[in-house]
Amino acid sequence: MDKRAAFRSWWLPSLFALPQIILILLFFYWPAVAVLRWAFTLEPPFGGAAEFVGFANFQEVFADPLYWNSVGVSLAFALCGTLATIFVGLVLALAVDRQLPGSAPFRFLYILPYAIAGPAAGMAFRFILSPERGLMASVNAAFPDFWNPAKYGSHALILVIVVFAWKWAGYTFIFLLAGLQSVPRSLIEAAAMDGCGPIRRAVDIQIPLLAPTLFFLLVIMMTEGFVGADTYGIVARTTDGGPNHGTDVMVYRIVEEAFRGLNYSGASAQSLVLIGLIMIFTFIQFRFIERQVHYK
Amino acid sequence: MIQRTPFANALTYGVMIFGFLLLIGPFIVIVSGASQTFQQVNAIPFSFVPQDRLFENMGAAWSRANLGTAMLNSFVMASLVTVGKVALSALTAFAIVFFRTPLKGFFFWMVFITLMLPLEVRVVPTYAVAADLFQPVRFLIAAVTGFEVSVDWNLLNSYAGLTLPLIATATGTFLYRQFYLTLPDELAEAARMDGSGAIRFFIDMLLPLSRTNMLALTTIMFVYGWNQYLWPLLMVTDPQYKTTMMSLVALLPSDNGTPDWNVTLAGSLIIMLPPLIVVAVLQRWFVRGLVATEK
Repeated sequence: MDKRAAFRSWWLPSLFALPQIILILLFFYWPAVAVLRWAFTLEPPFGGAAEFVGFANFQEVFADPLYWNSVGVSLAFALCGTLATIFVGLVLALAVDRQLPGSAPFRFLYILPYAIAGPAAGMAFRFILSPERGLMASVNAAFPDFWNPAKYGSHALILVIVVFAWKWAGYTFIFLLAGLQSVPRSLIEAAAMDGCGPIRRAVDIQIPLLAPTLFFLLVIMMTEGFVGADTYGIVARTTDGGPNHGTDVMVYRIVEEAFRGLNYSGASAQSLVLIGLIMIFTFIQFRFIERQVHYK
Repeated sequence: MIQRTPFANALTYGVMIFGFLLLIGPFIVIVSGASQTFQQVNAIPFSFVPQDRLFENMGAAWSRANLGTAMLNSFVMASLVTVGKVALSALTAFAIVFFRTPLKGFFFWMVFITLMLPLEVRVVPTYAVAADLFQPVRFLIAAVTGFEVSVDWNLLNSYAGLTLPLIATATGTFLYRQFYLTLPDELAEAARMDGSGAIRFFIDMLLPLSRTNMLALTTIMFVYGWNQYLWPLLMVTDPQYKTTMMSLVALLPSDNGTPDWNVTLAGSLIIMLPPLIVVAVLQRWFVRGLVATEK
């Protein structure tokens, strides 16, 4: 889409865009190129110029069972987290959208967790769902060893997924509520005339019409789960990737490998795999979402 | 809707209350835990009743994690990210939308691609750039002239290093672009007819019109800046530049120390408050910005 009455000047727009372009070149494109360069080279242990090693870094990464562990953990984290947030957001949006008396405050309250940083939420949940105190202690007193995220990797994974879902449910709620409000009123009224109750209407009319929003959220939340700013923070502050690599998601592993293991080449190779993954998600999003149906 | 649905109504209220317990419950636990004594917070079963020690615990947390400096740093960082994004995005979007130049498509795609790679996946080399800012410049000079120059400047332990890489993405630009595209063509035409140049048009017409957009972008960028965790962790080694997210570690009870979670919870409550207040007070703008930037 183009503006008809545009200003004609070549230097003025360049000047206006310059600050951002410089920042992007410096902090986006140059690092992006560096990822590529590092992924295919290896720095000799005793200094000197980096040598080109082809796919050796990738082979090394793929040969590491801990890497495949982190892929599995990431997949479980992103998938369960996404489904949980969308499910909770959808159910709450359907309830609030009915606009029964007294529902307005809920609409305000549900968004609040989204303001909380992942690591801060993670720390709070370390207490709330701790095995020795907080809410789960009573359960553990009745059934010993029922819940212990410090000991079992699967429990720790559930814990970080709960933190993720808690924070992001309000976000999906916003989008789904906006989506519900754009469902034509006449459709719902017609269904009501035909004797459909609210639940039947939700299942047969509202949810199918929400399909584009649901799909959009699916892609966004999967991306967020894999590489989101909060994923690293949640894992780092809730479980530290443990116990025994049980919550070692891909971003966490990359950062650990680079800054604790000082293995830039390995970390870059892993970043590149992750970038490939995001590109697939983005492609899917634009391929299908751009063609979404509008009900107007 | 005129339809009598007692069962569905009861279910709806049930769902909303359940959602309240699920999403607001943790806040209640944090607040009541933060207001209890050391013994009360460790009691089994946990008591949801708030006690009167909230401010005492907050004070203890404040001095333990040196939250004064951290809050100030986080505030400066969040504000700089916000101002930088709001200003630069407006300029870039203006250049992309309102001019007819061959560079237009180039700028657009260059900015657009940045949406694909979040900071987290390119964090390693971005850190390398920030630690040695003139590396690209040196590389260019060496490639063009063959001379090795040694200029050195790093952004570690500085506000510039904390904020600039976070500003270098496209989210805000697209928010403005979408808005500019909805403006009628006649607006710019009329301005030109009246003899206004591009800069005049930008300052006197576009900026006042995009006030809502700016407010929306401000709220989401402040929350985004405040909640940054990984980047400050890498950039800052000097305690003077610590942000609140880094203080979280200092608040955690050590494995063998006293588990005084009441202080920990009080500290995390302090850290959670600023973005919470922004979202609560400016919720309308926040939601609008959120929905607009993601589309």
